[in-house]
Amino acid sequence: MCLAVPGKIVKVTGSGDDPLNGRVATVDMQGSRVEASLAMTPDADVGDWVLVHAGFALTVVDEAEAKETWEALQIALGDDDGSVEFSGSD
Amino acid sequence: MDRAAIRRMVDELGAILSTRDGIRIMEVCGTHTVSLFRSGIKSMLPSSLKLISGPGCPVCVTSQGYLDAACELAARPDVTICTYGDMVRVPGRHGSLADRRGGGAEVIVVYSARDALKYAEDHPDRNTAFLAIGFETTTPATAATILAAKAKGLENFFILPAHKLVIPAMKALVSGGDVPLDGFLCPGHVSVVIGADAYRPIAEKFGKPCVVAGFEPRQMLEGILGIARQLAEGRSQVDNVYGVAVTREGNPLARDLMDKVFIAADAVWRAMGTIPMSGLDLRPEYKCFDAFDHFGVEQGPDVSPDGCLCGEVIQGKSEPADCALFGVACSPLSPVGPCMVSSEGACAAWYKYHRKA
Amino acid sequence: MTTRDTDDRIILAHGGGGELTNRLLRERIVPKLANPLLDPLNDSAVLERPGARVCMTTDAYVVQPIEFPGGDIGRLAVCGTVNDLAVMGARPLALSLALILEEGLPMSGLDRIMDSIAAAAAEANVPVATGDTKTVERREGDGVMIATAGIGEMREGARMDASRIEPGDVVLINGCIADHGLAVMSAREHLAFETELRTDAAPLNGLIAVVLDTGADVKFMRDPTRGGVAGVLTDLTEATGLTVEVDEAAIPISRTALHTAEMLGLDPLSVANEGKVVMAVSANDAERVLAACRGQKYGKDAAVIGRFTDVAPPLAELITRAGGRRIVTRPYGEELPRIC
Repeated sequence: MCLAVPGKIVKVTGSGDDPLNGRVATVDMQGSRVEASLAMTPDADVGDWVLVHAGFALTVVDEAEAKETWEALQIALGDDDGSVEFSGSD
Repeated sequence: MDRAAIRRMVDELGAILSTRDGIRIMEVCGTHTVSLFRSGIKSMLPSSLKLISGPGCPVCVTSQGYLDAACELAARPDVTICTYGDMVRVPGRHGSLADRRGGGAEVIVVYSARDALKYAEDHPDRNTAFLAIGFETTTPATAATILAAKAKGLENFFILPAHKLVIPAMKALVSGGDVPLDGFLCPGHVSVVIGADAYRPIAEKFGKPCVVAGFEPRQMLEGILGIARQLAEGRSQVDNVYGVAVTREGNPLARDLMDKVFIAADAVWRAMGTIPMSGLDLRPEYKCFDAFDHFGVEQGPDVSPDGCLCGEVIQGKSEPADCALFGVACSPLSPVGPCMVSSEGACAAWYKYHRKA
Repeated sequence: MTTRDTDDRIILAHGGGGELTNRLLRERIVPKLANPLLDPLNDSAVLERPGARVCMTTDAYVVQPIEFPGGDIGRLAVCGTVNDLAVMGARPLALSLALILEEGLPMSGLDRIMDSIAAAAAEANVPVATGDTKTVERREGDGVMIATAGIGEMREGARMDASRIEPGDVVLINGCIADHGLAVMSAREHLAFETELRTDAAPLNGLIAVVLDTGADVKFMRDPTRGGVAGVLTDLTEATGLTVEVDEAAIPISRTALHTAEMLGLDPLSVANEGKVVMAVSANDAERVLAACRGQKYGKDAAVIGRFTDVAPPLAELITRAGGRRIVTRPYGEELPRIC
């Protein structure tokens, strides 16, 4: 229930005052993409990293800190200690 | 994964614990309970460090009466229930939502309130009722969805509201005094919304260290170590190791959204009775979306199944293994109470990760 | 005690491939049929005949939606059936194909599925030898359901038998996990996410033949479909009475699958795969098997992921990335309904 994952905004559509669909971001999660409403993070824009929960961006996060904090990002970027046997293929 | 750093933190914990008569930390959030098991961090902790499950599992704390109302609603032929997955298998007094689905009811699992709204828009011939449970992480999403439903003039979208607030529950637990606790591991994502400062009354007034942590293995360990260090140093403050996402003030916009649509009200927590001002009702101008009102269903009494200790477990008064039903009459395959059903339930986590054959 | 309708009627989770499915089989289905051919409950049954050992399997496909990134129900049907024979150590000889077509299915959709079946059968080099076609009234808009059977001939010397597994034997997998289940989920209407992930559905008879040709002592194979790798690891523990110790960091998984599973709150070990085989192999032969896999199209990311020990009580245990431990169990059953 408290699941929230970080991703990078690659596209923003919409504007206006609709609180739900006013601005909607396409957030990239290392190869999967999910839509997130920016109702709670109106200043977020393309290139920003956000924490997504239940279809909403909860907050903007710093990219470098995010990579430091989330194991999945460390693994994806190969910063792991080398014991991971994983495929970099998509 | 920096295994060496993890090892160092575990060692430091061990050193602190060797000077104390055990430490009891409450994991407020069900996701922490599960993540601690799943990441293997739990297996590395010194045995005198006791982690106690708390009431931070939305499904687990939802009253039996709410579930019975949801089941009643599901049985109506004109209604589609949209819900987070975990609610589907919780047994009510007359079966679960899964049972209703087996009997022909339309029960759909969604990951977001937005999905439920979309379903309502795509199916104008049906009434869609969304089971709105969850804490402050999730409530703003429901609030935004209600605002959108109002803006679109939707007349076939409803919510069955049961959102709850974390701080009143923590206060009730710590002031009840039944459960000896030394500190709180605070839920990372709720804190994104409410802010780290929200825990100050707990730390300062009740003298319990509160550390906000995320859900990565290293995060949780840093959180637990943070509490242990405070105890060793005789401090009781709010610390935040999840600074990447959590600030002292939280997200005021998210809170505004909640505040626009909902108002604090007394709420029934499973087996804990009513905790004052711990839940959220729809404000009068949004009451038209209240499924209880619109369909004339009532939240029934909160009656726990015989022998079920879920209520004790969510308050930290009992461990899952203390329950006579655990692993015998109650298992993930045939659950009696919600703690065994929910993906964040303490009993499910114990059963899945802890028991030995 | 509340009335439990699961005692009275089937629920979706009964088809999930997890504990509930297990129970249904054990309590209601297998006992009525019990016979020496069925009792081992392997992926295929072995029929001994003078001069030959014939392998027979059957499968049903109800995946929803019928088309998903990288594949469709047709490809699944061929690959799944072929693989059920191949993991027994059999050379697949022929398939049967029963199509149940729903009123309203566009012909163009049928054409695509048939093209897919033809392509998969050609790739596997296994003909569809016989079939049947039925139609049913319009229902949920599924379009197509498929039931198959497969016949194979056991290879000389192939003895897939979990009772041969000993402490010290290792567990291998031929590549990255969780792609199939996640790809199918992305195609479901009310879960709004897109993904680069594609189903891994693939016929593995070629790869398995190459592995067995090395002469390596492969003791047991199973494809981790519904229930995922977790299901197979649990099967192994139960079948052998041994502990299976698995290194989480060694399990091949793409970064996309890892992140997507986390986003959806799913354990990658519980997600269905349709182009993977888990093997139990004598430790001495592990390198040989890995080399054979890695030279094949569907084995490039093959890896040793764990080993058997006689630590009691017997469990499937994961050594986590953090360096801790936790148990692996069979999922309940409804995590991803109608995934294959």
